[in-house]
Amino acid sequence: MFNFMRLFGGKSDSSSEQAHKRLKFVLIHDRANVSPEIMEHIKNDIIKVISNYMEIDQKGMDISLENDEDAVALVANIPVNRMRPVVGRKH
Amino acid sequence: MSEVIVITSGKGGVGKTTTTANLGVGLAIRGKKVVLIDTDTGLRNLDLLLGLERRIVYTLVDVVQKRVNYGQALVRHKKYTNLFLLPTSQVADKTAIEPEQMLDIVEAMKNEFDYILIDCPAGIEQGYETAVIGADWAIVVTMPEISAVRDADKIIGRLQASNKKIKLVVNRIRPQMVKEGTMLDMTSIDDILSVECIGQVPDDEKVVDSANRGVPVVEWKDSAAGDAYRDIVGRVCGEEIPFKPLEAETFWQRLKHVFGH
Repeated sequence: MFNFMRLFGGKSDSSSEQAHKRLKFVLIHDRANVSPEIMEHIKNDIIKVISNYMEIDQKGMDISLENDEDAVALVANIPVNRMRPVVGRKH
Repeated sequence: MSEVIVITSGKGGVGKTTTTANLGVGLAIRGKKVVLIDTDTGLRNLDLLLGLERRIVYTLVDVVQKRVNYGQALVRHKKYTNLFLLPTSQVADKTAIEPEQMLDIVEAMKNEFDYILIDCPAGIEQGYETAVIGADWAIVVTMPEISAVRDADKIIGRLQASNKKIKLVVNRIRPQMVKEGTMLDMTSIDDILSVECIGQVPDDEKVVDSANRGVPVVEWKDSAAGDAYRDIVGRVCGEEIPFKPLEAETFWQRLKHVFGH
Protein backbone atom coordinates (compact mmCIF):
# COMPACT_ATOMS: atom_id res chain seq x y z
CA MET A 1 0.00 0.00 0.00
CA PHE A 2 1.24 3.47 -0.85
CA ASN A 3 2.13 5.45 2.23
CA PHE A 4 1.28 9.17 1.98
CA MET A 5 2.80 10.00 5.37
CA ARG A 6 6.15 8.84 4.05
CA LEU A 7 5.77 10.98 0.93
CA PHE A 8 5.41 14.13 3.02
CA GLY A 9 8.25 13.21 5.31
CA GLY A 10 6.05 12.37 8.29
CA LYS A 11 7.18 9.65 10.61
CA SER A 12 4.94 6.62 10.53
CA ASP A 13 5.88 3.13 11.63
CA SER A 14 4.53 0.32 9.54
CA SER A 15 2.33 -2.00 11.59
CA SER A 16 5.04 -4.68 11.54
CA GLU A 17 7.49 -2.17 13.07
CA GLN A 18 4.90 -1.33 15.71
CA ALA A 19 4.42 -5.05 16.46
CA HIS A 20 8.19 -5.43 16.83
CA LYS A 21 8.47 -2.50 19.27
CA ARG A 22 5.43 -3.52 21.31
CA LEU A 23 6.66 -7.10 21.56
CA LYS A 24 10.07 -5.93 22.78
CA PHE A 25 8.40 -3.90 25.50
CA VAL A 26 5.97 -6.53 26.67
CA LEU A 27 8.57 -9.32 26.64
CA ILE A 28 10.89 -7.43 29.00
CA HIS A 29 8.05 -7.58 31.54
CA ASP A 30 7.06 -11.16 30.68
CA ARG A 31 10.62 -12.43 30.99
CA ALA A 32 11.31 -10.63 34.26
CA ASN A 33 7.93 -11.77 35.59
CA VAL A 34 7.10 -8.15 36.45
CA SER A 35 3.67 -7.11 35.29
CA PRO A 36 2.88 -3.49 34.33
CA GLU A 37 0.56 -3.47 37.37
CA ILE A 38 3.50 -4.09 39.70
CA MET A 39 5.44 -1.33 37.93
CA GLU A 40 2.59 1.05 38.74
CA HIS A 41 2.75 0.06 42.44
CA ILE A 42 6.53 0.55 42.49
CA LYS A 43 6.12 3.95 40.86
CA ASN A 44 3.58 5.07 43.47
CA ASP A 45 5.79 3.90 46.33
CA ILE A 46 8.81 5.71 44.89
CA ILE A 47 6.75 8.89 44.61
CA LYS A 48 5.76 8.56 48.26
CA VAL A 49 9.33 8.15 49.49
CA ILE A 50 10.91 10.82 47.33
CA SER A 51 8.14 13.31 48.07
CA ASN A 52 9.37 13.40 51.70
CA TYR A 53 12.46 15.15 50.42
CA MET A 54 11.72 16.65 47.04
CA GLU A 55 8.89 18.05 45.05
CA ILE A 56 8.83 16.00 41.86
CA ASP A 57 7.09 16.34 38.54
CA GLN A 58 4.85 13.29 38.66
CA LYS A 59 3.58 13.74 35.12
CA GLY A 60 7.07 13.94 33.67
CA MET A 61 8.21 10.93 35.65
CA ASP A 62 9.03 7.71 33.87
CA ILE A 63 10.09 4.41 35.34
CA SER A 64 10.59 1.32 33.25
CA LEU A 65 12.38 -1.97 32.94
CA GLU A 66 15.14 -2.10 30.38
CA ASN A 67 16.95 -5.06 28.96
CA ASP A 68 20.71 -5.00 28.59
CA GLU A 69 22.03 -8.32 27.29
CA ASP A 70 21.19 -10.74 30.10
CA ALA A 71 20.52 -8.22 32.85
CA VAL A 72 17.31 -6.35 33.51
CA ALA A 73 17.54 -2.83 34.94
CA LEU A 74 14.92 -0.69 36.61
CA VAL A 75 15.43 2.74 35.06
CA ALA A 76 13.78 5.80 36.58
CA ASN A 77 13.73 9.32 35.22
CA ILE A 78 12.29 11.62 37.89
CA PRO A 79 12.30 15.37 37.20
CA VAL A 80 12.76 17.33 40.45
CA ASN A 81 10.97 20.68 40.73
CA ARG A 82 12.61 21.73 44.00
CA MET A 83 13.80 20.49 47.35
CA ARG A 84 11.44 20.57 50.26
CA PRO A 85 12.44 22.76 53.19
CA VAL A 86 14.47 20.77 55.68
CA VAL A 87 12.69 22.29 58.69
CA GLY A 88 12.10 19.79 61.46
CA ARG A 89 14.13 17.08 59.79
CA LYS A 90 17.07 15.54 61.60
CA HIS A 91 20.41 15.46 59.84
CA MET B 1 17.85 -45.18 20.09
CA SER B 2 15.09 -42.79 19.10
CA GLU B 3 15.33 -39.05 18.75
CA VAL B 4 12.41 -37.69 20.77
CA ILE B 5 11.04 -34.32 19.62
CA VAL B 6 8.13 -32.40 21.13
CA ILE B 7 6.21 -29.99 18.91
CA THR B 8 4.86 -27.15 21.02
CA SER B 9 3.81 -23.49 20.80
CA GLY B 10 1.98 -22.07 23.81
CA LYS B 11 -0.74 -20.52 21.68
CA GLY B 12 -3.37 -22.68 20.04
CA GLY B 13 -4.09 -22.71 16.34
CA VAL B 14 -0.60 -21.90 15.07
CA GLY B 15 -0.03 -25.29 13.43
CA LYS B 16 1.49 -27.70 15.98
CA THR B 17 -0.55 -30.65 14.80
CA THR B 18 -0.08 -29.76 11.13
CA THR B 19 3.67 -29.55 11.69
CA THR B 20 3.70 -32.88 13.56
CA ALA B 21 1.74 -34.65 10.81
CA ASN B 22 3.91 -33.25 8.01
CA LEU B 23 7.16 -33.93 9.80
CA GLY B 24 6.01 -37.49 10.55
CA VAL B 25 5.00 -38.25 6.98
CA GLY B 26 8.10 -36.51 5.61
CA LEU B 27 10.41 -38.59 7.80
CA ALA B 28 8.50 -41.76 6.89
CA ILE B 29 8.90 -40.96 3.18
CA ARG B 30 12.65 -40.88 3.82
CA GLY B 31 12.39 -44.41 5.20
CA LYS B 32 12.60 -43.57 8.90
CA LYS B 33 10.56 -45.54 11.40
CA VAL B 34 8.42 -42.95 13.11
CA VAL B 35 5.78 -42.81 15.82
CA LEU B 36 3.61 -39.76 16.41
CA ILE B 37 2.14 -39.40 19.90
CA ASP B 38 -0.89 -37.18 20.32
CA THR B 39 -0.97 -35.73 23.86
CA ASP B 40 -3.85 -33.33 23.25
CA THR B 41 -6.22 -35.48 25.29
CA GLY B 42 -9.86 -34.46 24.84
CA LEU B 43 -9.05 -32.38 21.74
CA ARG B 44 -7.23 -34.86 19.53
CA ASN B 45 -6.79 -34.06 15.84
CA LEU B 46 -3.58 -35.69 14.70
CA ASP B 47 -5.63 -38.77 13.70
CA LEU B 48 -7.77 -36.61 11.39
CA LEU B 49 -4.83 -34.89 9.69
CA LEU B 50 -3.31 -38.30 8.94
CA GLY B 51 -6.60 -39.86 7.79
CA LEU B 52 -6.48 -42.47 10.57
CA GLU B 53 -9.52 -41.43 12.61
CA ARG B 54 -11.53 -44.54 11.84
CA ARG B 55 -8.84 -47.01 12.79
CA ILE B 56 -8.34 -46.14 16.45
CA VAL B 57 -9.04 -49.01 18.86
CA TYR B 58 -7.04 -48.13 21.97
CA THR B 59 -5.48 -44.87 23.13
CA LEU B 60 -2.62 -43.46 25.18
CA VAL B 61 -4.98 -43.37 28.18
CA ASP B 62 -5.58 -47.14 27.85
CA VAL B 63 -1.82 -47.63 27.77
CA VAL B 64 -1.29 -45.43 30.84
CA GLN B 65 -4.00 -47.31 32.72
CA LYS B 66 -2.31 -50.57 31.72
CA ARG B 67 -5.33 -52.01 29.92
CA VAL B 68 -3.14 -52.65 26.86
CA ASN B 69 0.54 -52.27 26.03
CA TYR B 70 1.56 -49.49 23.66
CA GLY B 71 1.98 -51.85 20.71
CA GLN B 72 -1.72 -52.67 20.78
CA ALA B 73 -2.67 -48.99 20.69
CA LEU B 74 -0.44 -48.07 17.72
CA VAL B 75 -2.23 -47.36 14.46
CA ARG B 76 -0.12 -48.17 11.41
CA HIS B 77 -0.43 -45.81 8.43
CA LYS B 78 -1.89 -47.44 5.32
CA LYS B 79 0.46 -45.92 2.79
CA TYR B 80 3.60 -45.43 4.89
CA THR B 81 3.90 -48.66 6.80
CA ASN B 82 6.85 -47.39 8.86
CA LEU B 83 4.69 -44.56 10.27
CA PHE B 84 2.63 -45.13 13.43
CA LEU B 85 0.20 -43.05 15.47
CA LEU B 86 -0.32 -43.42 19.18
CA PRO B 87 -3.61 -41.56 19.52
CA THR B 88 -4.96 -40.14 22.74
CA SER B 89 -8.46 -40.29 24.17
CA GLN B 90 -11.13 -37.87 22.96
CA VAL B 91 -13.27 -38.36 26.09
CA ALA B 92 -10.71 -38.20 28.91
CA ASP B 93 -9.04 -34.93 29.94
CA LYS B 94 -5.44 -33.82 30.45
CA THR B 95 -5.35 -35.07 34.06
CA ALA B 96 -5.64 -38.67 32.79
CA ILE B 97 -1.89 -38.79 32.07
CA GLU B 98 0.76 -37.81 34.60
CA PRO B 99 4.12 -36.58 33.24
CA GLU B 100 5.96 -39.52 34.88
CA GLN B 101 3.64 -42.03 33.18
CA MET B 102 4.36 -40.39 29.82
CA LEU B 103 8.08 -40.56 30.51
CA ASP B 104 7.79 -44.32 31.15
CA ILE B 105 5.97 -44.87 27.85
CA VAL B 106 8.50 -42.82 25.86
CA GLU B 107 11.37 -44.72 27.49
CA ALA B 108 9.72 -48.04 26.62
CA MET B 109 9.32 -47.00 22.96
CA LYS B 110 12.84 -45.66 22.53
CA ASN B 111 14.39 -48.80 21.10
CA GLU B 112 11.81 -49.35 18.44
CA PHE B 113 11.74 -46.11 16.43
CA ASP B 114 14.10 -43.67 14.73
CA TYR B 115 11.91 -40.73 15.68
CA ILE B 116 9.28 -40.20 18.34
CA LEU B 117 7.33 -36.98 17.68
CA ILE B 118 5.10 -35.68 20.45
CA ASP B 119 2.26 -33.32 19.58
CA CYS B 120 1.79 -31.00 22.56
CA PRO B 121 -1.52 -29.35 23.52
CA ALA B 122 -1.86 -25.56 23.68
CA GLY B 123 -1.35 -23.92 27.05
CA ILE B 124 1.21 -24.28 29.81
CA GLU B 125 -0.67 -26.50 32.24
CA GLN B 126 -0.32 -30.20 33.00
CA GLY B 127 -0.78 -31.25 29.37
CA TYR B 128 2.33 -29.27 28.49
CA GLU B 129 4.43 -30.92 31.21
CA THR B 130 3.25 -34.35 30.12
CA ALA B 131 4.16 -33.70 26.47
CA VAL B 132 7.56 -32.16 27.13
CA ILE B 133 9.03 -34.35 29.86
CA GLY B 134 10.30 -37.19 27.64
CA ALA B 135 11.60 -35.04 24.78
CA ASP B 136 15.27 -34.64 23.82
CA TRP B 137 14.55 -31.33 22.13
CA ALA B 138 11.66 -29.13 21.07
CA ILE B 139 10.26 -27.55 17.95
CA VAL B 140 8.42 -24.34 18.83
CA VAL B 141 5.84 -23.40 16.21
CA THR B 142 4.76 -19.79 15.94
CA MET B 143 3.17 -17.38 13.48
CA PRO B 144 4.18 -13.84 12.47
CA GLU B 145 1.51 -12.44 14.78
CA ILE B 146 2.14 -10.45 17.91
CA SER B 147 0.23 -12.79 20.26
CA ALA B 148 1.76 -15.97 18.82
CA VAL B 149 5.30 -14.57 19.15
CA ARG B 150 4.68 -13.49 22.75
CA ASP B 151 3.39 -16.95 23.69
CA ALA B 152 6.30 -18.60 21.86
CA ASP B 153 8.67 -16.52 23.99
CA LYS B 154 6.99 -17.80 27.15
CA ILE B 155 7.30 -21.42 26.03
CA ILE B 156 10.93 -20.87 24.98
CA GLY B 157 11.68 -19.56 28.48
CA ARG B 158 10.08 -22.64 30.02
CA LEU B 159 11.96 -25.03 27.74
CA GLN B 160 15.28 -23.28 28.39
CA ALA B 161 14.64 -23.59 32.14
CA SER B 162 14.38 -27.37 31.68
CA ASN B 163 17.52 -27.37 29.48
CA LYS B 164 15.81 -28.45 26.25
CA LYS B 165 17.37 -27.48 22.96
CA ILE B 166 14.89 -25.49 20.86
CA LYS B 167 14.33 -24.92 17.17
CA LEU B 168 11.76 -22.61 15.65
CA VAL B 169 9.22 -23.05 12.87
CA VAL B 170 7.41 -19.93 11.68
CA ASN B 171 4.14 -20.93 10.09
CA ARG B 172 1.59 -19.17 7.89
CA ILE B 173 3.85 -16.42 6.58
CA ARG B 174 2.17 -14.16 4.02
CA PRO B 175 5.02 -12.79 1.89
CA GLN B 176 2.84 -10.10 0.37
CA MET B 177 2.01 -8.67 3.81
CA VAL B 178 5.65 -8.88 4.90
CA LYS B 179 6.61 -6.95 1.78
CA GLU B 180 4.00 -4.28 2.53
CA GLY B 181 5.18 -3.95 6.13
CA THR B 182 1.95 -5.25 7.64
CA MET B 183 3.36 -8.53 8.96
CA LEU B 184 6.38 -9.25 11.19
CA ASP B 185 9.35 -10.37 9.11
CA MET B 186 11.89 -13.07 9.95
CA THR B 187 14.51 -10.51 11.02
CA SER B 188 12.17 -9.10 13.69
CA ILE B 189 11.11 -12.54 14.91
CA ASP B 190 14.74 -13.62 15.09
CA ASP B 191 15.66 -10.42 16.96
CA ILE B 192 12.96 -11.09 19.54
CA LEU B 193 13.14 -14.86 20.04
CA SER B 194 16.83 -15.57 19.24
CA VAL B 195 16.20 -19.24 18.48
CA GLU B 196 17.58 -21.20 15.53
CA CYS B 197 14.93 -21.31 12.82
CA ILE B 198 14.45 -24.56 10.87
CA GLY B 199 11.33 -23.64 8.96
CA GLN B 200 9.53 -20.76 7.28
CA VAL B 201 6.19 -22.02 6.04
CA PRO B 202 4.10 -19.79 3.78
CA ASP B 203 0.36 -19.54 4.28
CA ASP B 204 -1.06 -21.95 1.73
CA GLU B 205 -4.67 -22.84 0.94
CA LYS B 206 -3.50 -26.36 0.17
CA VAL B 207 -2.92 -26.95 3.89
CA VAL B 208 -6.66 -26.71 4.49
CA ASP B 209 -7.36 -28.81 1.41
CA SER B 210 -4.92 -31.47 2.58
CA ALA B 211 -6.44 -31.54 6.08
CA ASN B 212 -9.85 -32.08 4.47
CA ARG B 213 -8.48 -35.17 2.77
CA GLY B 214 -6.31 -36.46 5.61
CA VAL B 215 -3.22 -36.33 3.39
CA PRO B 216 -0.46 -34.04 4.77
CA VAL B 217 0.73 -31.40 2.33
CA VAL B 218 4.37 -32.59 2.57
CA GLU B 219 3.37 -35.25 0.00
CA TRP B 220 2.07 -32.63 -2.43
CA LYS B 221 4.50 -31.61 -5.11
CA ASP B 222 2.76 -28.39 -6.17
CA SER B 223 2.46 -26.77 -2.75
CA ALA B 224 4.64 -23.97 -1.35
CA ALA B 225 3.90 -25.15 2.21
CA GLY B 226 4.76 -28.71 1.13
CA ASP B 227 8.15 -27.47 -0.12
CA ALA B 228 8.77 -25.73 3.20
CA TYR B 229 7.86 -28.88 5.17
CA ARG B 230 10.16 -31.03 3.02
CA ASP B 231 12.99 -28.62 3.86
CA ILE B 232 12.14 -28.86 7.58
CA VAL B 233 12.30 -32.66 7.36
CA GLY B 234 15.75 -32.38 5.77
CA ARG B 235 16.96 -30.00 8.48
CA VAL B 236 15.65 -32.29 11.23
CA CYS B 237 17.74 -35.05 9.59
CA GLY B 238 20.76 -32.76 9.94
CA GLU B 239 21.04 -31.50 6.37
CA GLU B 240 22.15 -27.95 5.61
CA ILE B 241 19.36 -26.55 3.47
CA PRO B 242 19.35 -22.83 2.63
CA PHE B 243 16.09 -20.93 3.05
CA LYS B 244 14.39 -20.12 -0.21
CA PRO B 245 13.02 -16.58 -0.40
CA LEU B 246 9.23 -16.68 -0.12
CA GLU B 247 7.66 -15.13 -3.18
CA ALA B 248 5.27 -12.24 -2.79
CA GLU B 249 2.37 -12.28 -5.24
CA THR B 250 3.03 -10.78 -8.61
CA PHE B 251 0.73 -8.11 -9.95
CA TRP B 252 -1.14 -10.67 -12.09
CA GLN B 253 -1.56 -13.15 -9.23
CA ARG B 254 -2.99 -10.41 -7.06
CA LEU B 255 -5.38 -9.39 -9.80
CA LYS B 256 -6.44 -13.03 -10.05
CA HIS B 257 -7.09 -13.10 -6.31
CA VAL B 258 -9.13 -9.94 -6.42
CA PHE B 259 -11.36 -11.24 -9.20
CA GLY B 260 -11.59 -14.82 -8.01
CA HIS B 261 -10.03 -17.79 -9.73
